[in-house]
Amino acid sequence: MSGDGMANAERAQPVLTARAAGLVGCSQCGHVHPRGTEECSVCGAHLQSRDKTSLQRVWAWLFAGMVVYIPANVYPMLRTSTLGHTTESTIVGGVFDLADHGAYGIALIVFVASVVIPVSKFIAIAYLAIRVQRGLPGTPAHFHLYEVVEFIGRWSMIDVFVVAILSALVQLDFVASINPGIAAVSFALSVAFTMISANSFDPKLIWDSREGAEA
Amino acid sequence: MSDSLSDLIACPKCDALHHLPKVEVGEKAQCVRCGTVLMAPKERAMTWIVMLSATALILMVAAVFFPFLELSTHGLGRKSSVFDAILAFSHGLMLPLSFAVGALIVFLPMTRFIAQIYVFAPMALGWAPARHAGEVFRLSERIRPWAMAEVFIIGVAVALIKVAGLAHVTLGPAFWAFVGLVIVTILKDSFMCRVTVWQTLNARSPS
Repeated sequence: MSGDGMANAERAQPVLTARAAGLVGCSQCGHVHPRGTEECSVCGAHLQSRDKTSLQRVWAWLFAGMVVYIPANVYPMLRTSTLGHTTESTIVGGVFDLADHGAYGIALIVFVASVVIPVSKFIAIAYLAIRVQRGLPGTPAHFHLYEVVEFIGRWSMIDVFVVAILSALVQLDFVASINPGIAAVSFALSVAFTMISANSFDPKLIWDSREGAEA
Repeated sequence: MSDSLSDLIACPKCDALHHLPKVEVGEKAQCVRCGTVLMAPKERAMTWIVMLSATALILMVAAVFFPFLELSTHGLGRKSSVFDAILAFSHGLMLPLSFAVGALIVFLPMTRFIAQIYVFAPMALGWAPARHAGEVFRLSERIRPWAMAEVFIIGVAVALIKVAGLAHVTLGPAFWAFVGLVIVTILKDSFMCRVTVWQTLNARSPS
């Protein structure tokens, strides 16, 4: 093997899984135990070859995340008062405001973090879950999609932090003040629910169909 | 538990079975199927993690209490700290969000720093692991996705550009403490090799 010190040189394809070998691998530390062992002897984690309730939790949290994403877009995220005049802006409205001021780069960051990433995550998680349910063969590309979804989720929280900082900073009484809108709460919930949904996904399920036989 | 099973490792992400490789310090072992890094031991990793966690902890205290940003326009000024940003949602119905933001940017990152010092300091010194070190380490790994200090600092950058046209913004010492904290955290997590940690914890526990 090319320098990465991996010892599974004898059989690169097809891969033998712990389940197919009648064993159960720990999803925390990788230690291998005989099938039927309840608790990992190394790290004490609960052992389960495949998380059977994984998809139920994935769907439940995903739907919760999608539902609260609607008010997050309908209600105002920011209330800006300048010289007694108050304007309210939604997530998408805020992006347009930024673009109007010529800050195209920042408008793009906010648009990607608050619209593109959440919506793509809903679609990606649903797509992976449907594939697993139909028993379709998983490829490395599907696994990498899962990794990206799991990694990128927390970055959607940017918009909530922007609102927090602006509201803390811009409090100049009559001249200018910025206050958070109720959409900040539902947006934060949506990001949190989708993160829990992605974390509930047992990535081993993505590969399983490839092995064919239910062991 | 039979001995032959100790020579095997199953990829935590795809269940592919491997013979436990001999991984030298500085090398890394990846899963043949999904590429997940199985092991990546680093030289004196535990000492580094303890030192960087302690640094991050000190920087976090500075970041919370020193002035973070100062806004000035038309002779009016406003200083705000990270604590003010947490309290931004403290009015009425949005109060729970204040607690959530406080947890995500201050409380959970600090919990991780303290937990890692607790777990790794005795091990860096070559002692037996502290009591409940395993549980504490598991907790620290579980809250990892929820410690969002680095997301917060990008949020600050976006907010700064949003107000740049409106007023003059001065960066306070806490801002730089927070930037330092984020860099230290990222560096610290690059030393973390979960499999090696569990193996070391297990080998040194009196059982």
